[in-house]
Amino acid sequence: MSVVRLLVGTRKGAFILTSDGDRKQWDISGPHFAGWEIYHLKGSPADPDRLYASQTSGWFGQVIQRSNDGGKTWEAVGNQFAYDGATGTHQWYDGTQHPWEFKRVWHLEPSLDDPDTVYAGVEDAAIFRTRDGGRTWQELPGLRNHGKGHLWQPGAGGMGLHTIVLDPVHRGRLYIAISAAGAFRSDDAGQTWRPITRGLKSPYELPDPDAEVGHCVHRIALHPSRPDTLFMQKHWDVMRSDDGGGSWREVSGNLPSDFGFPIVVHAHEPETVYVVPILSDSMHYPPDGRLRVYRSRTGGNEWEALTQGLPQANCYVNVLRGAMSVDSLPSCGVYFGTTGGQVYGSVDSGDNWTAIVRDFPAVLSVEAQTLP
Amino acid sequence: MIRIVLPLHLRHLARVEGEVRLDVQGPATVSSVLDALEGRFPVLRGTLRDHASRKRRPFIRFFACEQDLSHDPSDAPLPDAVLRGDDPLLIVGAMAGG
Repeated sequence: MSVVRLLVGTRKGAFILTSDGDRKQWDISGPHFAGWEIYHLKGSPADPDRLYASQTSGWFGQVIQRSNDGGKTWEAVGNQFAYDGATGTHQWYDGTQHPWEFKRVWHLEPSLDDPDTVYAGVEDAAIFRTRDGGRTWQELPGLRNHGKGHLWQPGAGGMGLHTIVLDPVHRGRLYIAISAAGAFRSDDAGQTWRPITRGLKSPYELPDPDAEVGHCVHRIALHPSRPDTLFMQKHWDVMRSDDGGGSWREVSGNLPSDFGFPIVVHAHEPETVYVVPILSDSMHYPPDGRLRVYRSRTGGNEWEALTQGLPQANCYVNVLRGAMSVDSLPSCGVYFGTTGGQVYGSVDSGDNWTAIVRDFPAVLSVEAQTLP
Repeated sequence: MIRIVLPLHLRHLARVEGEVRLDVQGPATVSSVLDALEGRFPVLRGTLRDHASRKRRPFIRFFACEQDLSHDPSDAPLPDAVLRGDDPLLIVGAMAGG
C-alpha cells in the first residue's frame, strides 16, 4: 500500500508526517533540528529517501542537512554559499548599490534524476547547485549577471530566490522566481537566463506597471504533463502562461482576493489549480476571517471556494508560498500549513479538509511525497 | 587545554554534551580556539564566523572571566584563567531582546 510522507518546515524545526494511503492516521516525527528555522525540506524524485533540509538561524547562519533514510537520520553537509567571482551589487532601499550578502537558503530543488544534484535558491537572490550531494555548492552566476541584476531591490521580506521549478519534459529548462525582482527561465540548466514577465502588471508596486524587473512573483507551478502551461500567484493577480512564460494573462476571475502566496496544480488534472486568497499585502490573513482554498477546474478564471472542514470564522492565519503541496495518489491529496501551526489535508482533491495537526510552530513549507 | 561552552543549538549540531575540551596549537586566542574547534567539529564552520572573512557572526559573543571578549582582537591572548583551564570560554548567542 502506498505511503504519503509530508515534510513540514516550521519556524522551530522540521516535522515528518507519515500515513498509509488512507491518509487518516498520521505518525509524526520531530521536531528535527529543534529551535531552528527550517525554510524548506524536499526529497529527491530519483531517490525519495534522500532528503535535503535548509536549517537556518539568525544567530548561527545556514546549515544544510541531508538524510539517506527518509528522515530517520541526518547529517550536516556543506553550508558555504560563496557568490561566484566579484560579488557585485544590487539596488538598496535608499537607492544606492549594496553588495550581495548571503543570508539563507529559501528553497532546495533536487534534480529529477540525480539524487546528488540539487538546486538551491538563496537570499540575497542567487541560484546555487551541488552535484555531490550537498558537500559543495557552486553559484550559477548567469542569473545575477543576465544584465539587470544590479536593478533588483529587496522588498520588505528580503530578496529571496524562493521558487525553483524543473521542467520534466524539456530537460535543462527551469524556472525561478525572486521576491520583488521577478521570474526567469533558463533553457540550458541554469547557465543563461531571461526574464519572463511579459503580461505581468504591478500598478500598485511599480512606477512602470509592466516593467521587466521588479514584479513580486510569489510562486510558479506547472503540471508535468503540460509543462508549457505555467500558473503564477503574483503579489496581486493569479496569472497563466501557455508558452513557457513567454507571455502571461490574468486568470484571477471571481476570486475574493487575488493576493496570496501558494499555487499548486492537481496531480492528475492539469487544468485544476489551487490558491489560498489572502485579503491584502498589508493584512496577510484570509478575507472575512474565513480560511478558504479556491479551486479552479478550468485552468483559472472560474474558482470555487473549498471550505468543508476549514475554519469559517475568526481565522487570521496566513499560508506561505512553500506551504502547499499535493500527493499523487488517485484521489489527489492536497495539503497546506498555516502560520498558526495547523497542517490541513484533503484526501479528495480539496472537497473536504481535516486538521492533521493544530499546534505546530508557524509552518514555512510543506512537501508531499508519495511512496510506493 | 581550553574548556569551551557552546550554546545549546550548536551542542546539538556538533552532537556534544557539556563542555568541549581542546588542546590548541600555539598561543591560545579566540581565533586559534575557533580554528581548533572547527577542526574537530567541521559542522560548526560558518555558524560562529563567516566562511570567507572569518569575522564573528553578528549575534555571537565570546565571554570569559566575566568579561566580554567579543570586540577584542581575535588574536589577543585569552585570559590566564582560561589558559589554565580554570575558567571556560563561553560562546554565547546574543540575547534577542523583547
